Amino acid sequence: MHRASYEALVAERLEREALELAAKRRDPLSPYAEAPAPFARRRFMLGSLAALGVGALPAPRASAQALGAAVHDVPSDPTKTPGYPLADESYGTRSQFETAVRRRFKTSTPLSSWTMTPLEDGMGVVTPSGLHFERSHAGTAVIDPAQHRLYVHGMVDEPRKYTMNDLKRFPSLSRLMFLECSGNGLTEWAKPTMATVQFTHGLTSTSEWTGVPLSAILNEAGLRPGAKWLLAEGGDAAMMTRSIPLAKAMQDCFLAYGQNGEALRPEQGYPLRLMVPGYEGNINIKWLRRIEVSDAPFMTREETSKYTDLFPDGKAVQFSLAMEAKSVITSPSGAMTLDGPGFREITGLAWSGRGAIRRVDVSTDGGRTWRRAALQAPVLPICHTRFRFPWQWDGREAVLQSRCVDDTGYVQPTLGQLIAVRGLNGPLGSVYHLNAIQSWHVTTDGKVTNVHDY
Amino acid sequence: MSTITERRFVARACLFAVALASIGADAFAREAAAKFGFGTRPSEAEIGRFFSPLPDGRGMPQGSGSVLEGKSVYQQQCASCHGEKLQGGIGDRLIGGRGTLVNADPRKAPIKTVESYWPYATTLFDYVKRAMPLTAPGSLTDDQVYALTAYILFEANIVADDVIMNAETLPKVVMPNVDGFMPDHRPEHFPPVAKTPHQSLGIVK
Repeated sequence: MHRASYEALVAERLEREALELAAKRRDPLSPYAEAPAPFARRRFMLGSLAALGVGALPAPRASAQALGAAVHDVPSDPTKTPGYPLADESYGTRSQFETAVRRRFKTSTPLSSWTMTPLEDGMGVVTPSGLHFERSHAGTAVIDPAQHRLYVHGMVDEPRKYTMNDLKRFPSLSRLMFLECSGNGLTEWAKPTMATVQFTHGLTSTSEWTGVPLSAILNEAGLRPGAKWLLAEGGDAAMMTRSIPLAKAMQDCFLAYGQNGEALRPEQGYPLRLMVPGYEGNINIKWLRRIEVSDAPFMTREETSKYTDLFPDGKAVQFSLAMEAKSVITSPSGAMTLDGPGFREITGLAWSGRGAIRRVDVSTDGGRTWRRAALQAPVLPICHTRFRFPWQWDGREAVLQSRCVDDTGYVQPTLGQLIAVRGLNGPLGSVYHLNAIQSWHVTTDGKVTNVHDY
Repeated sequence: MSTITERRFVARACLFAVALASIGADAFAREAAAKFGFGTRPSEAEIGRFFSPLPDGRGMPQGSGSVLEGKSVYQQQCASCHGEKLQGGIGDRLIGGRGTLVNADPRKAPIKTVESYWPYATTLFDYVKRAMPLTAPGSLTDDQVYALTAYILFEANIVADDVIMNAETLPKVVMPNVDGFMPDHRPEHFPPVAKTPHQSLGIVK
């Protein structure tokens, strides 16, 4: 009761402050009368998106510019007046001046849709939990962890049922790991379509995940001879299901209940998610409620009619699960404008579902010459790896590219190489698993755009 | 028999140890042979409410439905998203598209439907039962789902109009694209090249 009234007070205060902020923006004498500099760039970015016919500009609202933040008065001199008081209980928010947000790809329904991480605003390798990309097939499930159960059955010696407390009694592990949707970049096969790296590459994110090894759970139930596959089922309205080879399940899969030091976010599968390191995002079943062990794959909708790669000869590849090595320059990237000739750090992310990144090369001339980029330690397997490359821009036209190699020796292909193998059979053809080298074109006036150059 | 089981157990234990060692949980690996015994054993009834049929028909529930019954359910529950003629709308197109999968034209989309693309009829039953209709999943009876399956497969010219779908008949339906899938062939190998040899497009904006 006390907690509820406190939260109501906080909500009321946030709403009041948002209204006050809106009023200040209309007041020409207020420091809020003009949008702060970061917003100007955002508008430009959105403008270029809109010009391409991608998505619609969100209606400008005062609260939209402070998503995930509490808005406070801004004193003219913060050394001359105390800041806002420390609350007895709180859950912190980011600065009201920060504007990076996930943006939804405008599918026909927001119940089956995806939102994309603003990679251009990212730092280091960890994605803030609130900016981790989402892909859900029937909305975000709301599940009371006290009521949630995980069932393990099928070809096992003894079926088991676990509460969340039961699962947390097992020895735990934590692992920094990327997740990438196999549809990441699906608009970019035939021609450059999206304006920003958020919309070309934003279906990949990295979190530190905490949970229990799946091998421990399967060991408890005891696998019967002949067991080869398992089905993972979500407790959402899609009851999303995928079949997973048992060898992979025993090798390194785990059941996560933690993300970046706290419980999973609802949209990441709270309270429990199957983690399948290095495999395409959708097989990392969210809201996990059931594991059924079998001798054959179940051939669910998501592994037959969806998430298969249709080649030009009419045959489709099935269970293409590993995410191949991929990299992208996140800054400078599409819709940015360089400040002028001189030093500019080129930075970006590289990752591989098959292991660790061994090296990243950067080209500023559209792939004619390559030079090695520095990798930020620690370089972890199946994890975003940050690369940096010092660049002296001479003010001339440039095409920026990055190319990674993972520790299996796999070299990230050009788009031309990839199309030579997979073909180009139109939208709904082989659209998944695009891991080609990305090109950003820099004009002499410093404007950066998404191009194909291969 | 017991030897095989024992070998399997040892193999499993080794796999388990390797997996744990790779994540650095050495202490846990030493305890792996012992079971923790957490959780409880669920009843048959609890397990029985789950479903996930295999293509060979194992796991299909009881019940049955006809094309005519399915047409009625479709018009009430499905047509608003998938179209009166199953041609698609907010929801996927369900029929047609045979012959469009072979396609090397980047401007033309292959038409992937239940009729042209789905390899197993059991998948249709499973997906409708688990996830449809989008705003009221799980609201259809097994009879209704069998009937819908019959209706969609009839409209797809895969079964006759007098078919009765049930746990025996549905797995026997041979879908047109049953042989259309192949296992993953990757990793592909790409030599690092300065420029792709087979084409030079220049910059495409």
